[in-house]
Amino acid sequence: MKMNKESFFSAHDPEIIPILQNAVVGIAGCGGLGSNVAFSLTRVGIGKIIFADFDKIEPSNLNRQQFFTEQIGKSKVIALLENLRKISSFTKYQPHEVKLHEKNIPLIYKDVDIMVEAFDKAEMKKMLIETWLTTFSNKPIIAGSGLAGFGETSKIHQKKIDNLYICGDEESDVKEGISPMAPRVGIVANMQANLVLELLIKKFK
Amino acid sequence: MKKKITVNKQEIDWEENMTITRILEVMNYTFKMLVVKVDGKLIKKQDYDRFVVSAHADVKVIHLISGG
Repeated sequence: MKMNKESFFSAHDPEIIPILQNAVVGIAGCGGLGSNVAFSLTRVGIGKIIFADFDKIEPSNLNRQQFFTEQIGKSKVIALLENLRKISSFTKYQPHEVKLHEKNIPLIYKDVDIMVEAFDKAEMKKMLIETWLTTFSNKPIIAGSGLAGFGETSKIHQKKIDNLYICGDEESDVKEGISPMAPRVGIVANMQANLVLELLIKKFK
Repeated sequence: MKKKITVNKQEIDWEENMTITRILEVMNYTFKMLVVKVDGKLIKKQDYDRFVVSAHADVKVIHLISGG
């Protein structure tokens, strides 16, 4: 169905629409955190989302990631692009099917206002945060750390260290018997997305 | 009075030639994936043995955990 912009944004506070529509947000990783962050940022009407991942969708991803059974085997960035387009045509999407590293991160994400760390592995989180703080120390980066398991919602918090923000419980590691699942991953991803909004609106309003 | 440094908002005694490695030892931090900032400056792993903090330094150690 073709939709006009006015009706898509009719539930929004009119004052913040231009702020959101002018914003560019980067997402590194399109798994549990990344796909959920992208869904929320698309629904709120962020102007442009730049996202990257090299991985393909596996059946085990469906317990927490915003993909569907018929997309198994597909590239995550391509599948995410399809799904986001079903939500809204009022966000521009820039997918990169690539493995991120110290060299390509500054090039791919040079135009973003805010960066979202959405990797699975701790060493990738560290690599991205260090690359970001070295290259773009004046731009906020919002990372997720500690989200495996279930329950214990009150342990999940956010923390600020200069331009680095951490969302999560900062303690529950992925180990045998404690895997990441939709509710807690979704909570942390949406804390990250919520913080993106807060920082954008505070900065421009 | 003893000079202090702050590590993750907790005050500990400062020592002469106190490196990041020494701070992690004093704090009993055994985590592997860390991001360390001293007075706002990022200190990379290869410098943990040689970067010496000054008295009253503000040290932040962030422990990164897999899962996403």
